Amino acid sequence: MKGNAVLHVADVQKNFAGLRALSDIDLMIEEGKTHAIIGPNGAGKSTLLNVCVGRIAPDEGAVVFKGQVITGKKPHEINQLGIARVFQTPEIFPDLTLLQNVMAPAYARRDGPIRLNLLSALDADKDVRAEAEHVLLDLGLIEKRHHEAASLSRGDKRRLELAMCLVQHPSLLLLDEPTAGMSRLDTNRTIDILKRIKERGMTKVIIEHDMHVVFSLADKVSVLAQGRIIAEGTPDEVRADPRVQEAYLGGAH
Amino acid sequence: MDTTNTTADLKSATMDADTHSAHYHTKSEVPTQLPPLGPDMRPLWPPKVDILMTVLFGIAVFSMPIWLQPFGAAYPDLMQRFAIFGIFAIGFNILFGLTGYLSFGHAAFLGIGSYAAVWSFKLLSLNVVPAIILSVLIAGVFAAAIGYVSLRRSGIYFSILTLAFAQMCYNLAYSVLTPITNGETGLRVLRNDPRVLDALVGSSEVAIPRASFFGISMTGMAGFWACAVCLMIAFYIALRITRSPFGMMLRGIKSNQTRMAYVGFNTRPYTLVAFIVSGMYAGLAGALLAVVDPLAGAERMQWTASGEVVLMTILGGAGTLLGPFIGAVLIKYFENIFSALGHTTLSDAFSFLPDGVREFAVSIVSPFVGEGWHLTLGVLFVLVVIFLPGGLAEGFRRIGRMFRGGNKSETSS
Repeated sequence: MKGNAVLHVADVQKNFAGLRALSDIDLMIEEGKTHAIIGPNGAGKSTLLNVCVGRIAPDEGAVVFKGQVITGKKPHEINQLGIARVFQTPEIFPDLTLLQNVMAPAYARRDGPIRLNLLSALDADKDVRAEAEHVLLDLGLIEKRHHEAASLSRGDKRRLELAMCLVQHPSLLLLDEPTAGMSRLDTNRTIDILKRIKERGMTKVIIEHDMHVVFSLADKVSVLAQGRIIAEGTPDEVRADPRVQEAYLGGAH
Repeated sequence: MDTTNTTADLKSATMDADTHSAHYHTKSEVPTQLPPLGPDMRPLWPPKVDILMTVLFGIAVFSMPIWLQPFGAAYPDLMQRFAIFGIFAIGFNILFGLTGYLSFGHAAFLGIGSYAAVWSFKLLSLNVVPAIILSVLIAGVFAAAIGYVSLRRSGIYFSILTLAFAQMCYNLAYSVLTPITNGETGLRVLRNDPRVLDALVGSSEVAIPRASFFGISMTGMAGFWACAVCLMIAFYIALRITRSPFGMMLRGIKSNQTRMAYVGFNTRPYTLVAFIVSGMYAGLAGALLAVVDPLAGAERMQWTASGEVVLMTILGGAGTLLGPFIGAVLIKYFENIFSALGHTTLSDAFSFLPDGVREFAVSIVSPFVGEGWHLTLGVLFVLVVIFLPGGLAEGFRRIGRMFRGGNKSETSS
């Protein structure tokens, strides 16, 4: 491992029925940094995250997390190592209350992938409950903690999903368009929350279309187009790069 | 399609990003610091409510001989069935109601429980305690094997796999396994069976082989009391499982199994344990069927019996604690009492009407009772599924809420 990279995506290739979704992706995510991945629709951004969390196996290459190869591991094993993910469409437990939504990941963090505590009481685990309540408080969802998650607005669902990830104190947080479909107000709130997490030293990879969000948060930006990384650098460098402008204008269709 | 849009975004963001923080703090409606609201550690389920529910359930079960009188159902044989199939449905609900995995083969475990109990009466003792323990354990072993294979798939494929395994058990019981099951005749307890445990303490020879609990013969009301005690224990364990972190994970699996994996759970062991536990409940129910009538036949394992427990659970309310029991009582009531209503009973019931109208009323109602009881049950089932997807238990909850008023979005289970 070079430097202080938390995650190293090493020469990853992925084809879908002859279509090259990812080609020769080599990406270093540095510890404590916020790394944004931008690019036109269909550039392979979500595929890249899917490879990182074990949803998709790459055809070639490997993903190394804290010096350990994680390609080929199951999603729950990868999560247990400390990678949490917010999906593009909120993946929550719609039938459970907000509190239970957040308590479940807190249990996974505390007890590992399997614990068959059939006869212990949910109410007895005060530490898990307190942790879940604190995260909900932090994200402004505490008032609704006893509501069913299905009743939330789209913006609140995304915030709940973020709470489910944060309660696990992951060392790496992957965010797939965390503000898509949010109002300006909600977007700003999310940016504020993400800034606060950064102060705690959590490493983040963020996929985003909204440049306002990217330039507010990112330390480093990688630009993906047609499955390749075409530019990488600080937000200012990337903004000045003529290839990026070109990819956005001519690359999509 | 949004190429131009994104480019515009890219340019405007340059300015926007710089002004963002200042802009943010001027917005008064966004609180920078959330109000210092401490965590509220009130129990999710007030213990009082659970105790009250258990006590009320206990009163309802043990007073069945009284309150079932006006319904003409207060005779021991039927009340035993209410309790036994209540256990079956409560156990089935742990799998189906909590995880959402719909098994179409749970009758197999009921039958296995019955056979195991009868073998215990034949080989070990006429005492019910070893029979019940043995049945629950053997049903658990079978559930582990069938569940391990079936749970590799979900949805309709899981249902089909469980159905296939149950039909396999049913057919084997009639054919290859005849030495163990005694085929079509059914397995019965004989006067001169070895009964090693009974032989140790005295004689294994009895005049009429009947299951007993340390001398109390399990016939009639004694049989009902035994079943009722088992039902209470089964209910209490189901309550504890529902209120446990394990129970919450099962509901998480039902709600979004993908998410469970991405928050770090290995879901397979959870579903497998739920499957085994519900199989053991079915084994207990099967054992009790043999306790009150020491005879086991393969017809108990047929797919119709598996379907019946699905109906009971959905009718009463899948995922609720009391629903499955309500469903079991209702279906067994229809099967035994409603099906026996004849033309004369109806004429009596409508005797307050004038002659011509009475004949008309009887002719309208008669297809729905007696042999037509399936029709009434079918109509009821359709109505419940369409108008009360949460089952009868949800209906009761709605009525309760109407009386208390409001409090709609708060959930409780």
